[in-house]
Amino acid sequence: MNIGDIVLNILALGIPFSVALLLAALGEMFNQRAGVFNLGCEGIMAMGAFLGFLPAYFLQNGPLAPYANLIGIAAAAASGIAMGALFGLVTVSFRAPQGIAGIGLQMLGWGAAGTLSRHFVGGVTGIPGIKPWPVPLLSKIPYIGPVLFNMTPFAYFAFLMVPASWYILFKTPWGLKVRAVGTHPRAADTMGTNVNRTRYQALMLGGAFAGLAGAYLSLAQAKMFADDIVSGRGFIAVALVYFGRWHPVYILGGSLLFSIAQSFQLSIQVLGIDFPYEFAVMLPYVLVILVLAFSRGSKMRGPAELGKPYNREKRV
Amino acid sequence: MSIPTESITELRAEGITKRFPGITACDGISLRVGRGEVLALVGENGAGKTTLMNILMGLYQPDEGKLFINGKPVRFRSPNDAYAAGIGMVHQHFMLVPNMTVAENVALGSKDLRKAFRLDMEEARRRIRDVSERYSLPVQSDAYIWQLSVGEQQRVELVKTLCFGARFLILDEPTSALTPQETDELIALLSRMAGDMSIIFISHKLAEVKALSDKITVLRHGKVVFNGDTADHSPADLAALMTGHEVVLPHNECAEGCGEVLLSVKGLKVRSDRGHLALDGADLEVRAGEILGLAGVSGNGQRELADALAGLRKPESGSIRLGGKELAGHSPREIIGAGMGYIPEDRNTEGIVPSMSVKENLTLKDFASKEFAAGPFLKLKKAERNAVDLKERYDIRCPSISTAAGSLSGGNIQKVILARELARAPKVLVAVYPTRGLDMGAEEFIHKRLLDLRREGVAVLLISEELDELMNLSDRIAVIFKGKVLKTMPAREATRRHLGILMAGIREEEDVREQDL
Amino acid sequence: MNKTYKTIYSAVVIVLAIVAAVGMGAIVLVAIGVDVSETYRVILTEPLKDMFGITEILVRTVPLILIGLGIAISFRSGILNIGAEGQMQIGIVASAAVALAFPDMPKWLLLPLVLLTGAAGGALWGGVAGYLKAKLGVNEILSTVMLNYIAAQIYGFLLRGPMIDPAELQTGSGTPQSMRLPKTAWIDRIIPGTRLHWGIAIALVLAVLVYILLWRTTWGFKMRAAGAEPKAARYAGIKVESCLAAAMILAGAFAGLAGAVEVTGVHRRAIEGISSGYGFSGIVVALFGGLHPAGIVPSAFFFGLLLIGADMTQRALSVPANMVLVLQGAVILSIVSAKTWLNDPYARDRAVRFMTRLFGRKRAPESGGGRRGRIAR
Repeated sequence: MNIGDIVLNILALGIPFSVALLLAALGEMFNQRAGVFNLGCEGIMAMGAFLGFLPAYFLQNGPLAPYANLIGIAAAAASGIAMGALFGLVTVSFRAPQGIAGIGLQMLGWGAAGTLSRHFVGGVTGIPGIKPWPVPLLSKIPYIGPVLFNMTPFAYFAFLMVPASWYILFKTPWGLKVRAVGTHPRAADTMGTNVNRTRYQALMLGGAFAGLAGAYLSLAQAKMFADDIVSGRGFIAVALVYFGRWHPVYILGGSLLFSIAQSFQLSIQVLGIDFPYEFAVMLPYVLVILVLAFSRGSKMRGPAELGKPYNREKRV
Repeated sequence: MSIPTESITELRAEGITKRFPGITACDGISLRVGRGEVLALVGENGAGKTTLMNILMGLYQPDEGKLFINGKPVRFRSPNDAYAAGIGMVHQHFMLVPNMTVAENVALGSKDLRKAFRLDMEEARRRIRDVSERYSLPVQSDAYIWQLSVGEQQRVELVKTLCFGARFLILDEPTSALTPQETDELIALLSRMAGDMSIIFISHKLAEVKALSDKITVLRHGKVVFNGDTADHSPADLAALMTGHEVVLPHNECAEGCGEVLLSVKGLKVRSDRGHLALDGADLEVRAGEILGLAGVSGNGQRELADALAGLRKPESGSIRLGGKELAGHSPREIIGAGMGYIPEDRNTEGIVPSMSVKENLTLKDFASKEFAAGPFLKLKKAERNAVDLKERYDIRCPSISTAAGSLSGGNIQKVILARELARAPKVLVAVYPTRGLDMGAEEFIHKRLLDLRREGVAVLLISEELDELMNLSDRIAVIFKGKVLKTMPAREATRRHLGILMAGIREEEDVREQDL
Repeated sequence: MNKTYKTIYSAVVIVLAIVAAVGMGAIVLVAIGVDVSETYRVILTEPLKDMFGITEILVRTVPLILIGLGIAISFRSGILNIGAEGQMQIGIVASAAVALAFPDMPKWLLLPLVLLTGAAGGALWGGVAGYLKAKLGVNEILSTVMLNYIAAQIYGFLLRGPMIDPAELQTGSGTPQSMRLPKTAWIDRIIPGTRLHWGIAIALVLAVLVYILLWRTTWGFKMRAAGAEPKAARYAGIKVESCLAAAMILAGAFAGLAGAVEVTGVHRRAIEGISSGYGFSGIVVALFGGLHPAGIVPSAFFFGLLLIGADMTQRALSVPANMVLVLQGAVILSIVSAKTWLNDPYARDRAVRFMTRLFGRKRAPESGGGRRGRIAR
């Protein structure tokens, strides 16, 4: 096996791996741009993974089989929206501290997903899942074809969300409101923007993305559901947003970096390299810490009001 | 918001009442502004002026009372409604999103510029240009707000409000961040604009009120105490109405202190958060038994100087000597130990720990000292006695010494800070905007204490924006501009005009031509 | 009258919070088709029915108190420790390794050494996050969560590899567990036939010590000030960054100690699943206990009850044990919401005025000067 094959192998595994991280991080980007950080992302992904899996599991042999995946995806997005709204209720309307509320939401989502799956599904079973769809012509390009253009439609959608998110955030009126609300909510308020409503909307959009990210994990990536299917990706996504300077393009870069680190563990097994399994699994988490530690050097210009609740009635 | 077409001939408020926890900010306020009139809304800090204006702007909902425009009752549920009615406000603390451009800020507030998925930036720029030309307010559409100076930002605020189609302007303390010369320019501009629209402006500076307004409403403790024509009353009358009694702020009558130099700052260079040299070689000296006032428009290095003196910012170079001891770059603990007392700018987050009790806050700097601790253990009874004693001596109004310090009024919080600092018998006291946001009673108290300190031989450095305060209290006045101390002079030589010129950066009298004044 | 209205307001908020938490759990229970009231009944009452049940609750209470105390210290100092799970695991392997390394040491020497090693291991793990926050400003929630995942891998690696019981290798069953600890490293049982051990005494003594530390020493004053308002603390000469790092080290030490106590008092060998969620339960225990030792002890008992109860519902009603997580998450969201409502003077004021209008009594006139305040905590 030459070095080129090894690299291509790692990329071929790693790039689809990045989809879940990317979607969750893009969603979290909208949250944070609006001034709220949602650590419950992990829990929303868990519920999304379960709800994506469930219809596919139950309907796989019936008449609705061709639609099972879509139903799952829709259910995952809907639960993400609902959980985002719940988080909004606690942190935006009630103005509770976002860090610990996020952990609460995470436990709720993770626990609910585990409880429901144990009850409805029992053990760990596989599903057919979503099949990759090679892009005509493009997937035939030597070397990069099979790597970039032989993924599931879900994955293509995720990558398209990068320019779409950029446009939404920087070129649309709603994006303008989101950015204003995260930087100077009182100014936005005096100019007629409903600060709390905009934050709710951002949280629901972010929740939808996180739900979709979870559905990707169970439907397209692992093709099954287990308690630990998310294993920290939600938290990594939150860290990614800091690392990616709240910008879609850097977030894309960051998610590729981390997922290649995650796929490293699989790659070395496939390639038969002798390396302790646990240390390979550890790698992405260590990488997150290193990245967080060293990205503090440069000027971090995050949304100024990130983490601070807004109270219009507060006497200025 | 859409551009309103009907002009406002009359705006009337009747019986407006608004309550906040523990205080009634507005209590049955009624006023009336007719077409083309300029009404000055006057009162001390905390009298209810800003709250009332925020109600007019739709930011707060009144608990009682009604508003009428052109005789019809209106209800503003949000700023959108106020804008739709043609009311616009220029806030004291600018309502501009810093990391967006001027045009983006205008687009943010204009509904019709926001079509479903696209921002009509061209139209925004066009509107800005129109308003700019009409009122001679030069503004760059594509500049980022954080790049602009305070005066430029205020222009943008004004232009933005006019772009939203304001027919009725409210200005909240418009001259608080301006030099005397910029103030004159603004007053001239507003006089011109009064031809087109009605204006309410809030101020506690009586000279401006006389210069600009036709009518005056005086508020005290949330109530209207007076409504009348400006021309009929002198500033002294108005001051008396504002406070309810003859106010004579303490005046520094004594001769200059000629004690030794206790605080000396030489060539101090300190960087701001943005990285540039906010303090660029500042020099000053404060002697025992004197008050040195530092005048200057906010943002010329005062914050960085204050932080360096407290030990919170490391200077790039230069020296700070307290009683001969070099302290530049030392830790806050060492500086406190050397005898520096400090009244910080933001009393709520820098001066006290709001959730801790008054008792605990009074020992915030000394909790580990021999007086309040036996080894690692706190002497709780001693702290209690200390608090009771200080509460009495400084007349701190609070339900009990176990009350959370953050729930006290501004004046009482400042008293807690003052009590704590003075009980430590400092050699030098640095007071940073100590009376900002306080009513006249509290201001009087603090001024008296500062003069007491002066008599006791303490060296006091008073950093303030209020020229009256500086001229009343200081022995000598220094002016800071762009990080350097331009000039230091004895207080009796200082005039508002002279200080104003220095604050704007012009060093010598000869540089100023007649036309520029 | 005002005082009564204020109490009514607080009571209503608390009741609504409880209803919300119970309700969120109920939604999940309904989704899996279980009788809601029966489930809650089993959880809350079954474990208390016999002596064995009560001792089992107390067994759970010990690590919950210890971890809760550590988290209370860290939260009050302004730093959020979500890494108790990983710190506990490091404490387990560190203490087990030392216990296995010195089988011939006398008990009075070995046991304290083992417990201290566990605390030290946790302190080290917590210290990493503390250092990252103090020196580099790294968000401690993210770093401690990552450290949890890393610790889990280290734990698995050690138990499957270097620390595995040689007996497992011989028989080939490969269960990831260490050798049984020598008897000299065991904490004795209090009541024979049950698993209740003297660790509970350690936990209670430490609860008292933590109270004294936080409210009666200069060091505790510093930490609380730094946590409540770091800016003012800095102006007062307090080194806030050192306080943050120290808080994390201490919180980690408590979690590591909890691990050591569990391994020497309950399981007597390092196996998979000792820490099983105590790290996260500890957070809820601390919050529910108002971040004060006097509240944490009963709160730990309550959550011990929930944990045992959830086990029982799994057997009796086939409610999966993950339900505990759901309840804990719901409790966190409710507590955190209730706290902001209780501390919001605007909301409380509006509620008091509403009640006054409703019940029409005359209020005492507003005083013009200072405002009414709340007692500092």
